[in-house]
Amino acid sequence: MAGLDLATSGPLERGGRVKPDHDGSLSAARQAPKRRIRLSWSDPAFRAIVWQIVIVGVVLAIGWYLFSNTNRNLSARRIATGFGFLDRVAGIPIGESLIPYNPAEDTYGRALWIGVLNTLKVAVIGVVLATLLGTLIGIGRLSSNWLMAKLTAFYVETIRDIPLLLQLLFWYTMLQGLPAPKQSWRIGDAIFLSNRGIRVPYLVWESAHTWAFYGFVAGVIGTYLWNRHANATQERTGVRPAVWPVGLAAMLGLPLAIWGVMGAPLAWELPVLRGFNFQGGGTVSPEYFALLAGLVLYTAGYIAEIVRSGIQAIAVGQWEAAGALGLRRGAILRHIVLPQALRVIIPPMTSQYLNLTKNSSLAVAIGFQDVVSIANTTLNQTGQAVEGIAVIMAVYLTISLSISLFMNWYNARIALVGR
Amino acid sequence: MTRFARWGFGAPILAGLFAGVLAIGSAHADGSGSATMDATRTKGQLACGVSGQVPGFSLPDSQGVMRGLDADTCRAVTAAVLGDAAKVKFVPTTAQNRFTALQSGEIDVLSRSTTWTLGREGNLGLNFAWVNYYDGTGFLVKKAAGVKSAKELDNATICVQPGTSTELAIADYFRVNKMKFTPILIQELSEIQGAFLSGRCDAYSTDASALATFRFSQGPKADDLVLLPDIISKEPLGVMVRKGDDKWFDMVRWTFAAMIVAEEKGITQANVDTFLTSTDPETRRLLGLEGDMGKALGLDPKFAYNVIKAVGNLGEMWDRNITPMGVPRGINNLWTKGGLQYAPPMR
Repeated sequence: MAGLDLATSGPLERGGRVKPDHDGSLSAARQAPKRRIRLSWSDPAFRAIVWQIVIVGVVLAIGWYLFSNTNRNLSARRIATGFGFLDRVAGIPIGESLIPYNPAEDTYGRALWIGVLNTLKVAVIGVVLATLLGTLIGIGRLSSNWLMAKLTAFYVETIRDIPLLLQLLFWYTMLQGLPAPKQSWRIGDAIFLSNRGIRVPYLVWESAHTWAFYGFVAGVIGTYLWNRHANATQERTGVRPAVWPVGLAAMLGLPLAIWGVMGAPLAWELPVLRGFNFQGGGTVSPEYFALLAGLVLYTAGYIAEIVRSGIQAIAVGQWEAAGALGLRRGAILRHIVLPQALRVIIPPMTSQYLNLTKNSSLAVAIGFQDVVSIANTTLNQTGQAVEGIAVIMAVYLTISLSISLFMNWYNARIALVGR
Repeated sequence: MTRFARWGFGAPILAGLFAGVLAIGSAHADGSGSATMDATRTKGQLACGVSGQVPGFSLPDSQGVMRGLDADTCRAVTAAVLGDAAKVKFVPTTAQNRFTALQSGEIDVLSRSTTWTLGREGNLGLNFAWVNYYDGTGFLVKKAAGVKSAKELDNATICVQPGTSTELAIADYFRVNKMKFTPILIQELSEIQGAFLSGRCDAYSTDASALATFRFSQGPKADDLVLLPDIISKEPLGVMVRKGDDKWFDMVRWTFAAMIVAEEKGITQANVDTFLTSTDPETRRLLGLEGDMGKALGLDPKFAYNVIKAVGNLGEMWDRNITPMGVPRGINNLWTKGGLQYAPPMR
């Protein structure tokens, strides 16, 4: 349907809106004369308004009907409604959580929040790893090394042809084939690999570490500022001040200095086999690992193709021209081809990030407790399916829209700027 | 195309959409007292939700026929309503979607080892009509672990299905005993059992009945698994119907009562015809030879006869399905034999 272009904007230009003039310099002669809306069906502007009102009304009416019909039917069937259950004590056990959780005291609301965090834990790390792996494989497919090109092509074709669910079950079953805790594979007395997951030593966290972390953040900001200064200096004088020594000192030296001044505490909590399982140390559970590995390897196959197509979209003349300037292949790729290829790569990449995030809901199949798993259990224990599904939808919508917004912002930033 | 032309197309479509919305708005769901019974008879089929994966309760045999206590419960109810147990349609449900399936009307009866709890009866819009198995939560461990009691399971990893009353029961049990455990929650039954067998979990917890039948189904490997003696909760496994259809509820409840009375009287699938000449008044009322018990329930006068002819009495259902798994009847016996199954008088 036509948009609400009112009299002020004048006749609509095909395929684009009239850009507002920033400085007001647009001459009055170029502006269409203002028109007044007539209350007549023959006035396009009037018709546009009427249709907008009708459409909004129809959408609201459908929404209201669905809502009231659902409510009426739920109460007719004596099914509890509302989100009051979020404040009730959950009582459901949860296997792994980023925040403390006690089923005896904590609420369904907190349980669901744990699910959201677990989903993010998979999605965020998964997106980063899939991007790195996918980019490497995508570049590998274009390699002049025959073996490299064929191996990566084989990887892409295989991984894309097998349903993700099967891959997840495959990884999970493989991990279950690992030895029991008592016979676990170990590196010294520190790292243990068994069918209970990977157990690693845990740094005993003290305030010195927190301050060192703040120092690192300050170092990153400082390096960024110094880099800007270096750019400005280079523009002005043609000589670029060295960035890396400053960066090294700020990002590594500063945190180390803070840590050292505060007594350099360094105590490790080692995992120890006691009773059924290892106690102490940090853990990567087989469920999480299988889900992460499955999602990363699967999505990397698609990302590799996106990267390859993005690179191939750059005219070969660019390579030749850069080569004529004496740049090496790696430098050409990094400085000339990839920045341009990104413009082709980013939009489809957004879809892959969204896919990875949504595919993480397959976690239920292998027992990782993401938001879908916990919401399913919640709706089962409380009997409030409509609310449970609404929570799942709201969570995925929020995460997906955030990814989209970020990627669209990034895409706009790297897009060709017409001068 | 000009904008004018676009509107020319849009107007009738929008008008139709609007009219359609109004029409839907005026149509309402019908909620008469015996709607389920009417619908079942019209379709000539009763949709009964089962698990389809638990030996002894519901599992297809080598011919694809659903066998087990829950499956026979479905048959009994179908025989009572439609006169023919073969008209049952088994609908496999998961622990997580079973209530939604019943609420939405996809199934008419849920017979899937579902524990009768206050929360479920209060929140789900569903009723428990009868208990077909008095059970309790137990633990299965590997013999090699050397565990003798549930009290020794501190810090253990426990495999359990999500969305079950088991997960709440074990959370309570470990809390009361000040112990910790790591849950592994997988919805798919074969996956969670696989995780236990592979050693991902130290113990597998669910209803003791299902543990016993699972252990039995391992064949020669059954001896490697130990069912711990501790039963940590009450799990009365019931048959569920939707709230608001009282006649349907009555039908399920009295189908069970009829099977219990039949067992009290010694009436079996094989000998029921010989009782048609009985002079015992309660037997005659049960089999529809006098009185109008069936009619009062909206059923055929011979509904109990049909049920017994189809699946036998309550004891026969047990002997056929549970006894082969090596589980003693215990509290599931008749009240006359020290059990909990007790039927109100049929008069």
